[in-house]
Amino acid sequence: MTITNISIKKLALVLLACALSGTSLAAEDFNVGFVYVSPIGDAGWTYQHDLGRLQLEKETGVTTSYVENVSEGADAERVIREMAKRGDKVIFATSFGYMNYALKVSKSFKNTAFVHVTGYKLGKNMGLVNARFYEGRYLTGVIAGEMTKSNVLGYVAAFPIPEVLQGINAFIKGARSVNPKAELRVIWVNSWYDPGKERQAAMTLISQGADMITHHTDSTAVVQAAEEEGVYAFGYHSDMSKYGPKAHLTATTHQWGDYYVKTIKEVQAGTWAPISVWGGYPRGMIKLAPLNDAIPADLQARIGDMEKQLTARELHPFSGPVIDQSGKTIVAEGKHMSDEQLSKMNYYLQGVVSKIPN
Amino acid sequence: METSILSSILFATIVAGTPLIIVALGQLIAEKAGVLNLGAEGMMAMGAIAGFAVTLHSGNPWLGVLAGMLAGAAMSFIFAVVVLTLMGNQVASGLALSILGVGLSAFIGKPYESDILPTVGALRIPLLADLPIIGDALFNQQALVYFSWALFAGIAWFLYRSRTGLVLRAVGESPSSAHSIGYPVIRIRYLATIFGGAMAGIGGSFLSVFYTPLWVEGMVSGRGWIAIALVVFATWRPFRVLVGAYLFGGVMVAQLFVQGSDLDINIPSQLLSALPYLATIIVLVIISRDQNTVRLNAPVSLGQPYRPEA
Amino acid sequence: MLRLERRPEASQMMSYLSPLIAIVLMLIGGLLLFTALGKDPIEGFKVFFIYPISDSYGVSELFLKATPLMLIAIGLAVGFRANVWNIGAEGQLIAGAIAASAVALYFYEDEGAHILILMVIAGAIGGMLWASIPAFLKTRFNTNEILVSLMLVYVAQLLVSWLVHGPMMDPDGFNFPQSRLFDEPALLPILVEGTRLNLAFSFAVSALLVGYIFMYRSFAGFQMQVAGFAKDAARYAGFSAKRMIWIGLLSGGGMAGLAGMSEVAGPMGQITEHVSNNYGFAAIIVAFVARLNPIGIFFASLLMALLYLGGEQAQQYLALPSSISNVFQGMLLMFLLGSDVFINYRVRWKEAIA
Repeated sequence: MTITNISIKKLALVLLACALSGTSLAAEDFNVGFVYVSPIGDAGWTYQHDLGRLQLEKETGVTTSYVENVSEGADAERVIREMAKRGDKVIFATSFGYMNYALKVSKSFKNTAFVHVTGYKLGKNMGLVNARFYEGRYLTGVIAGEMTKSNVLGYVAAFPIPEVLQGINAFIKGARSVNPKAELRVIWVNSWYDPGKERQAAMTLISQGADMITHHTDSTAVVQAAEEEGVYAFGYHSDMSKYGPKAHLTATTHQWGDYYVKTIKEVQAGTWAPISVWGGYPRGMIKLAPLNDAIPADLQARIGDMEKQLTARELHPFSGPVIDQSGKTIVAEGKHMSDEQLSKMNYYLQGVVSKIPN
Repeated sequence: METSILSSILFATIVAGTPLIIVALGQLIAEKAGVLNLGAEGMMAMGAIAGFAVTLHSGNPWLGVLAGMLAGAAMSFIFAVVVLTLMGNQVASGLALSILGVGLSAFIGKPYESDILPTVGALRIPLLADLPIIGDALFNQQALVYFSWALFAGIAWFLYRSRTGLVLRAVGESPSSAHSIGYPVIRIRYLATIFGGAMAGIGGSFLSVFYTPLWVEGMVSGRGWIAIALVVFATWRPFRVLVGAYLFGGVMVAQLFVQGSDLDINIPSQLLSALPYLATIIVLVIISRDQNTVRLNAPVSLGQPYRPEA
Repeated sequence: MLRLERRPEASQMMSYLSPLIAIVLMLIGGLLLFTALGKDPIEGFKVFFIYPISDSYGVSELFLKATPLMLIAIGLAVGFRANVWNIGAEGQLIAGAIAASAVALYFYEDEGAHILILMVIAGAIGGMLWASIPAFLKTRFNTNEILVSLMLVYVAQLLVSWLVHGPMMDPDGFNFPQSRLFDEPALLPILVEGTRLNLAFSFAVSALLVGYIFMYRSFAGFQMQVAGFAKDAARYAGFSAKRMIWIGLLSGGGMAGLAGMSEVAGPMGQITEHVSNNYGFAAIIVAFVARLNPIGIFFASLLMALLYLGGEQAQQYLALPSSISNVFQGMLLMFLLGSDVFINYRVRWKEAIA
């Protein structure tokens, strides 16, 4: 055993010498690194980030690279550090589990701009970005509330963090704003990406009467299940219509490209600052996928109007009265929920029939 | 409303249990011959990607199932060579197969992660499918569900009513005695192992071609291991494999129903998700306590390499 | 006709050569794999095996990654020797991490060396507790320890998920499923400035030494070795099978728990759902490739760590999927198990009897 590994080590040293002499250092160009938490695939969280990355390359001409499937554990720090060491000028860490690691690495690489997605800690050279996914959810809720026949809506969700709860609550609030009888059932699958479980959950919801389902998970299983069972679904992250042409009414899609371009331009101009950006319709970070023809024309028009209102900041999905499941009023009439309240959301609103786990 | 919920639960339970039955019955045959193949997870994964890829390219899900079967058989063949001919340790080799199978399938499956397959319609048995409550659940299922029942019947007959089945069991009970009577122990074990692999492959392809018609790394998510556990807790009897698989599937499905309902149950969803695994442990304990049953049914030479002294 | 013929006695040389053969076969397999994927095999080899350790930071990361593998593998080896199959080290690692984190959070904002010491103890005990379940069920009810320990892995993962979404969640953390970041007193001291290599590495080396002494120099270790070789002989000699099951499972559990503690008190600095990265399963491969030998475990852990790091590099520079690491690991183990046969058997030409 010892003999073996000594020989291999000698071999390694020889090859190492050869390798180092041939390694090129690409520090001249402007390279942007992306850390992805899951495979890019064809739809989903990472896919949307990658679309943004491709848009960035096209519009600014910078070079980009990515590493996908980076687990949110201790390995992430190494990957981020490698990118910084390599000379990337900007690094986007696209999942909340990277926050502490990105922050740590940012302290060693003061000339690199770090941007963390969906986190809450700023650094001297680390900014934050997040999107108001709930704006799209609210609109889909309105469609669901209008078009449901059974008044039962279904939601397949991953983990009970504020972002997910914002989506759930915006959905039911939107539905109830046009249909006070609408009720929402939620099933937690405890995983961001488990098509088998997501599908089973979707089937369960459908069998419990849901004719409008949506999800906050990363696969297309829920949309596919809806298509099979002849009910309607709302995709998430990406336009998922190809997975359910009849079922897919629309989707809340994430648009990161413009933000990426803006950030790179700021870094290049020296005007970038490590601030926290939480953008929605006004910044073009959220958009609904093309509406299915099954949606009646007048409803489509109303949705279009609402989108304009959201963009003009005239419509706030969480405007009062906001009442939680127990009947308590969280936000009074005339006011709307503050960003701080939103970021601490850990309850269901009225209309959600399932009980929150924990 | 009540009966349709019951019907849905039954339906979902049977679907969830089907891949477990197919894989577990295959493992049962291998184990009856004395071979413990812990690589079921890896074989299922390979079956899943093979099934998916071939179905995608050929447009025919049955070719996919065939491909899945061959993939599983091929993986188990590698295992068989290592443990039967090269006499490697069965536990370690099975583990290696699991890891290799899962990794290799993820690797091969990379380019397919964004593809989907058209759903295959269920095979509805007229008249019977109209029965209340059980009609849909039992007679409006995918073809492979019916296959799993046929497999069960076939294997039960094979093991306990056929001569070859008797030989197989003899090999598992006492390979040296079987050898001295003149039975080709190693060859029989090879065949049994490969059969187990083929079934694991079919089970895997069921997941990717029929159950959730897409491919994603890790989609087998522990079912291979559950199937192995099933064989133990069924004390190597085919009918109990069927019961166990539906029990397990039922627990998996029930927790989802509880969550989606308006029942005022304040149980963390993680606990509900853990129920199937906890249930497996509990049943395993109950079964193993009965020493006699275990001894009567577990193949004596299970896991031990057989060395034919030439 | 090629036949396998039993050797009169096990070949010492082969038991050293067999891992070497396995590694070479794995490399060949890897080169073929790279070629089949359209990548230059030499480039692939460089990226996979050389790049990760091409600077001192890389080398420190190698040792960092190998540390939990060493810890767990030596614990598992003790059990495997006696045919006690602990497949649930992954779950035991999580249990240890939970216990250690509970201590760290309890003493949050306190000072003192006692915190870290308690965390170490808690980690080991946590892992042992989790391993005691299959041990108890096996000795009391004869339940298969492989299946129980494995099922408990899934349970442990769900348990940590519940904890970080609930009781252990950072109250100032905006409902993110993670605990508070641990304070200095609850973090393992760094061994080499500028790296992440921490005291856990010393634990690992010590564990290897202790493991060596136990396995080769203690009577209990001898008993376990005999039990592994010849179960009946051990029974006739009066060696308590139950005791060996407990020792075998608790050693793996304790070490895995310690590894869990070293993750949360080390590179992570907190507990989240991602506390384990399949270390528990990788360590099983390490134990085998190392022939259950402490020195072997040291080197095999480094090799395994290199396979992980290489996979990361392959992603960045060769655009290969992350699962390539698993493929290499699986191949390595398979080849090893195959070439092990030559320890006890040799290949001979045998004339077919006419």
